[in-house]
Amino acid sequence: MEAATIPSEVGAKRPSPLAFLSENILWFLFGAALAYYLASDFTTTLNDVKTGLSNGTIWALIALGYTLVYGIIELINFAHGEVFMIGSFVSVSLWQTLGVTDATSTLLIVLSIILATLAAMIACGSLNVMIERVAYRPLRNAPKLAPLITAIGMSFILQNVGLLWRPTPDASPDLIGSQKTLFTVLDVGILHSDVFAVAVTVPLLIGLLWFVGSTRYGKAMRATAQDPDAARLMGIDVDRTVALTFLLGGVLAGAAGMIYAIYNGTIQFNQGFTAGLIAFTAAVMGGIGNLKGAVIGGLMIGVVQSISDTHFGQVWTPAIVFAILILIMVFRPQGLFGEEVREG
Amino acid sequence: MSSRRASFAQSRHRFATMLPVKVWVGIAIVLALLYPYIIDQLLSQPDDLLDASIVTLAYIMMALGLNIVVGFAGLLDLGYVAFFAIGAFVMGWLGSQQFPDVNGGKGFHFLTPGKSPLGNMIPGIHINFFLVILAAAAFTAVWGIILGAPTLRLRGDYLAIVTLAFGEIVPRVFENATSGFFGIGSTDFSNGRQGITPIDKINLPWSDVPLKYPLELKPVFYVGLGMVLATIFLNVRLRDSRLGRAWIAVREDEVAAASMGVNLVRTKLAAYAIGASLGGFAGAFYGSYVNTVNVDQFEFGISVFILCMVVLGGLGNVSGVIVGAITLTMVNRFLLPKLNNVPDAIGLNFDVTSINFGIFGFLLLVMMVLRPEGLIPSGRRRLELHADDDTAMLVDEPQMYEVRHDESRDVG
Repeated sequence: MEAATIPSEVGAKRPSPLAFLSENILWFLFGAALAYYLASDFTTTLNDVKTGLSNGTIWALIALGYTLVYGIIELINFAHGEVFMIGSFVSVSLWQTLGVTDATSTLLIVLSIILATLAAMIACGSLNVMIERVAYRPLRNAPKLAPLITAIGMSFILQNVGLLWRPTPDASPDLIGSQKTLFTVLDVGILHSDVFAVAVTVPLLIGLLWFVGSTRYGKAMRATAQDPDAARLMGIDVDRTVALTFLLGGVLAGAAGMIYAIYNGTIQFNQGFTAGLIAFTAAVMGGIGNLKGAVIGGLMIGVVQSISDTHFGQVWTPAIVFAILILIMVFRPQGLFGEEVREG
Repeated sequence: MSSRRASFAQSRHRFATMLPVKVWVGIAIVLALLYPYIIDQLLSQPDDLLDASIVTLAYIMMALGLNIVVGFAGLLDLGYVAFFAIGAFVMGWLGSQQFPDVNGGKGFHFLTPGKSPLGNMIPGIHINFFLVILAAAAFTAVWGIILGAPTLRLRGDYLAIVTLAFGEIVPRVFENATSGFFGIGSTDFSNGRQGITPIDKINLPWSDVPLKYPLELKPVFYVGLGMVLATIFLNVRLRDSRLGRAWIAVREDEVAAASMGVNLVRTKLAAYAIGASLGGFAGAFYGSYVNTVNVDQFEFGISVFILCMVVLGGLGNVSGVIVGAITLTMVNRFLLPKLNNVPDAIGLNFDVTSINFGIFGFLLLVMMVLRPEGLIPSGRRRLELHADDDTAMLVDEPQMYEVRHDESRDVG
């Protein structure tokens, strides 16, 4: 958790250039790749960056769930990707039940989207709390691999719930005309879906940062992340704080699921597995436990993906993202910002 | 909780020590040898069960291989299926018509009948199955080291995620290696999503005719059984060896083990290499038995399925893992298809087989929460878990194979 990190000493002497380079190696590599592709084909790459950023907002929302939970109980919530998938399913089911299509009037579409967002957020938030209660809390003091294994079990259960729930792959109603261009900047068409993803995500991100940074509950979360025992001594209900963290993570995953359904137009029961891994990569990239890092990591992974789609082909993109995951975890587990994580 | 549990454990212990271990092993081997004939007598349709049993044999080998990595050395490997895939593809490369241009279209044959029934030479590489399994084991061992080496300094959940990422990358590489690896060269290594098929049948070294499965299942069952026995022998001998003790020491406490003179790098790499080679061994057998090698056989679910066997049986316990593998594979291949009409009967509309991974996920969850030491915990682990009394379940568990919060570790 970002607030848990100790501020660097003010009067520390300036690092040598080499140390500076290695401290910020991920930024340099990312910047160099981006500059190379921008130089070789400006418009295509700019378009990739745009697609990547809007797609990356979805990863950022999911990555926040990973990072919140890891920050507070140092557990990789493996089922988080599946919670996101359930969010998509809830939204699409709601739209189908209400009979909303792209032909419905604008007001009703807006209302139904708000309704679906709320429904997905509530469903996923409570689902995530329930998962914590059933699969993780009994193992709070167990060896670390025990909750990881139950998390995998949970993720398979949820995947199969998704499999039985809806046909797969299933089409989501195209409520906003996702692929229509809204306006054009520098020859890059900004699509409805891009604007939609950003418009839904930004308020959520601001809300989350405010909640964690400025409220009493957020303070309790940060305290628990720093030292659960000390937090308990200070009168913080640690179990409830952990549950609250899972609730927040689930709420964000639900919103991400809703955006994903509109953004991609298709949903399937196993979308959560890959999305979860990608978002986890983003969380690791930003330095796991670091909220702003998770957001920036999500956006960067989005850009990496869309550039890789264009230049290496879509079939290789997952392999490239996973390779990045491995490289970062092995060589730079502290992520972009060089902050020490609690465990690597 | 558990005077009942204790008395059950005691009675089981009494039962187990009734006869010397060697006698029990002998009984088990004789039963396994007679097994195809026993089910012949008992069932009208024994082939169904025998087919499931042969697949079970492959999974026992894999579970025992994973047991070395996870159970003995305590390195949680979520990408174990990668080695299964690599082994199966070695079988595909060295025993099929995947490379038709080899040797000017005449094919390369070694200890296999080179001519088709019509008398012309079969193109492609065809090497005797018993050499291919050795090649597969050696090749996957190398890959075990290559994939294991970067992860040496990771522990716990980070290690798990990195191995998982490896397990995801390998099938995708195979899936897209239709024109060389990463576009280097132009040889088709995998035939894309269709996969390599048909695969050569097992050819006994003293015979000119390959085994005739799926028509005749008994011979291939015995080949598989032989491989399983070799694997079990290897597992038990390794467990009791110097290396095995080093693995357990590393699992219990890396720092203490290192200060006692255990070479961490060599010990961990040995676990990866041997575990991986058993995966490859099993993969080659499985590939030949099901007659096809394709990427869809190697999804993440299989890694979890095998992990589930190891956890269910009892991490680190050879006989427990075997029981876990037999139970789960039999449930998956034999029992679940028979239950397919149950949801219909209660008014639901789905196939039980399609949600098998959900069922295993549930099993994993329940096992881990209620009985984390597995059905048959190893004696050592039982002592760890129930040191003074039965209630000392998880809370007082020493930090076995666990991530430790030592500040000394150098992350960067």
